Amino acid sequence: MTDLHPLNRREFLKVGVAAGGGMLVGIYLPQLNSSETVSRTEVFQPNAFLRIGTDDMITVILGKSEMGTGIYTSLPMIAADELDADWQHIRVEAAPVDEVYFHPTFHIQMTGGSSSVTSEWERLRKAGATARAMLIAAAAKNWDVDPKACGTQTGYVVHEPSNRRVSYGALAEAAATTPLPADVPLKDPNNFTIIGRGTHRLDTAAKTNGSALFGIDAKAPGMLTALIARPRVFGAKIIRVNDARSRKITGVKAVVPVQSGIAVVADGFWAAKLGRDALEIEWDEGPNATVSTAAIREQYARLSNAPGKVARRDGDPAHALKTAATKITAEYEVPYLAHATMEPLNCLVDLGADRCDIWTGTQFQSLDHAAAVKLTGLHPNQVHVHTTMLGGGFGRRGSPTSEFVVEAVEVAKAVHAPVKVVWTREDDIRGGWYRPMAYDRISAGLDTSGNPVAWDHTIVSQGVLEGTIFAPDGNDGSSVEGAVEMPYAIPNVLVSLHATKLGVPVLWWRSVGNSHTAFVVESFIDELAHASGKDPYQFRRALLAKKPRHLAVLELAAEKAHWGAPLPKGQGRGIALHFSFDTYVAEVAEVSVSEPDTIRVHRVVAAVDCGRVVNPDGVVAQTEGGIIFGLSAALKSEITLDRGRVQQSNFHDYQVLRINEAPQIEVYIVPSTEHPMGVGEPPVPPIAPAVANAVFAATGKRVRKSPIRMNQAV
Amino acid sequence: MIALSVNAKRVMVDVDPSTPLLWVLRDNLGLTGTKYGCGMAQCGACTVHIDGQAVRSCVAPVSRAAGRQVTTIEGLSPDLSDPLQRAWIEIDVPQCGYCQSGQIMSAAVLLREKPIPSDDDIDQALAGNICRCGTYCRIRRAVHRAAELARGSK
Repeated sequence: MTDLHPLNRREFLKVGVAAGGGMLVGIYLPQLNSSETVSRTEVFQPNAFLRIGTDDMITVILGKSEMGTGIYTSLPMIAADELDADWQHIRVEAAPVDEVYFHPTFHIQMTGGSSSVTSEWERLRKAGATARAMLIAAAAKNWDVDPKACGTQTGYVVHEPSNRRVSYGALAEAAATTPLPADVPLKDPNNFTIIGRGTHRLDTAAKTNGSALFGIDAKAPGMLTALIARPRVFGAKIIRVNDARSRKITGVKAVVPVQSGIAVVADGFWAAKLGRDALEIEWDEGPNATVSTAAIREQYARLSNAPGKVARRDGDPAHALKTAATKITAEYEVPYLAHATMEPLNCLVDLGADRCDIWTGTQFQSLDHAAAVKLTGLHPNQVHVHTTMLGGGFGRRGSPTSEFVVEAVEVAKAVHAPVKVVWTREDDIRGGWYRPMAYDRISAGLDTSGNPVAWDHTIVSQGVLEGTIFAPDGNDGSSVEGAVEMPYAIPNVLVSLHATKLGVPVLWWRSVGNSHTAFVVESFIDELAHASGKDPYQFRRALLAKKPRHLAVLELAAEKAHWGAPLPKGQGRGIALHFSFDTYVAEVAEVSVSEPDTIRVHRVVAAVDCGRVVNPDGVVAQTEGGIIFGLSAALKSEITLDRGRVQQSNFHDYQVLRINEAPQIEVYIVPSTEHPMGVGEPPVPPIAPAVANAVFAATGKRVRKSPIRMNQAV
Repeated sequence: MIALSVNAKRVMVDVDPSTPLLWVLRDNLGLTGTKYGCGMAQCGACTVHIDGQAVRSCVAPVSRAAGRQVTTIEGLSPDLSDPLQRAWIEIDVPQCGYCQSGQIMSAAVLLREKPIPSDDDIDQALAGNICRCGTYCRIRRAVHRAAELARGSK
């Protein structure tokens, strides 16, 4: 990083300012693979995660992306607590790509899977504790006292016997020459002062005055903007291009082919857009030209008639089903869904002979880095990925093919100028990489008392993990996750999968398979409760006797929602529970249904157990947001295909929830001292079934297809 | 050349008059606080004020702003002192933050026209502003809080 040329250096700084929401004191060079002794003159860098300046500023360096979930606040809280830092002095900086920041399980630099707090917990605590020990050692040496007689107090090392204190900043230089201690003890969690306390986000101010820098805002001197014409049918190939009209448009600089299509490069977005609109491209649409949602549904429904590959088997479900007093069967369906991040994808690449700088909002820094290294032929040390703020992620910015980075590098190679590729909303909605469509056939047997004795769940869907680093053994459990973990005490269970292969690219979408399986499992358990003539909440309770954490969130949500209290006519209450990403969430939705097809969700009460909570307000915000995100899918959004073409294109036909449709939301957190787990995704899955169950309570009609529409009711 | 006033500064831009104001602000004037989200007035991320009225700058040709006063999020206050910004910070409204410039600019017009808005007023005024992170509940709270702050500061 020391060879950053001045302009890039300034850009990097700007990104840092946005990330921290305040001033940064300089460019950080992580002391990677550092020697035993850290020696710096101006700042103290005990490790790759922290830098302490002589001005008392503490910079926490995170190999993670802030896509809205608040980890640029909750993660520094972890380090700051062990460091006993003054929270007012904490700043955040996005790390460069380096193995030291790799995910401990997945071995890449990434943000996803609701795993950030979980994966960083230990090492950020250690980073903070180590720095604190070194500051104490430096002060003790200076005072010539026993380090054990020293303590810390919110940014100061104190020696009570002599009533002396010195700030971390004043110690930074001395601490930098202190040997790295081994095995520094961590705090007793009872002594946490920052972890567990509601803390304001560090990035709010910058997100309130327009100064937060997203990838789409990144700039480089002489930068051009490119839009890429991509095929309407997935996998279509270009036969011929006529770009004569494009090239005549004022501001258009070049038209270049890339793997994903034809890039129109111009001096700004608008000229690039006009230039792209003027392209005449003849496509060979290939084998996907006949793909349609109707045909996929037909194929999936047929497949669902027989069990697929077994994902879970308890007891003898076939026999139990055959001999049950009552047998109930239902079919469920969920559509493809686009992530539709508010900030469309984009990537700025400044490529020189011996250096490549990439600014983008990505969830997969090291994969993007590797892809750029391969494409440029540069040494890994010559390729620099600068992580900006992400205008939403939801999984879309974690691309296993790094396609939005690759195409930008391709364009930069062709035009010899810094280029920012920007996707339009249409590119985003029609660009594939969707939450997979799924079709489920599910049967259950009840005994004469109405207790479920058999459960047979057949799933048909595309998996999203196959061929990625997340399924190294080829075992893609993404389509059955959440179904395999069906928590209810039923003695005979079969969950099986038909994994399909289609030309529609699919991807992880906030809560991945759980977004589909929770809808099916939690709707169907509700069906069983009604078939047994039992209250859906009590029916679940009875089947969760051996699942205390499931039970606790269920009971908390029901209690706070006043389950059982009367509602006006035409309104109903529905409950759902789901465990995902090691977090337990139960939600109760109150809905009204008015003619002909208007479902209005008035109130949602959620109960969350995500283990020890780092930032309670962050958990509340993620739960509120997850519920709204899930409601968009539950009530509004679907991607459909006809003749190989995605039929939606923008927010007028790919609809998402708006504020006038948003319910009141109440969030309750179960106090816990268990290991902290993620909360970015787990609030999403329960909301769709909670709404479907509430619709049934209100109308007596069951909707087994999302988005939930009354004209689909049975 | 087209003359307009942006955040109380007079600027001249040499662009085709049909160019959307959004891209003039972002690409020509470097005011990137105003965001692109849809390009067809569906999401509100690009909301700015022209002579005090909320306008979706992604579909407003720059010619429409000629000779008029344009205010963007950068011009709302120099120091985060606008009651909306204070309320947004107090309640920690933003998550990813990308839509929030537009939310705040829409809310500013609402508060000017209805200093004590109801939930329904807020819902109507902001129904054109999409937030994918789902900060709607906090936006409602923050608009009410901003209304309080505005009254208190008068």
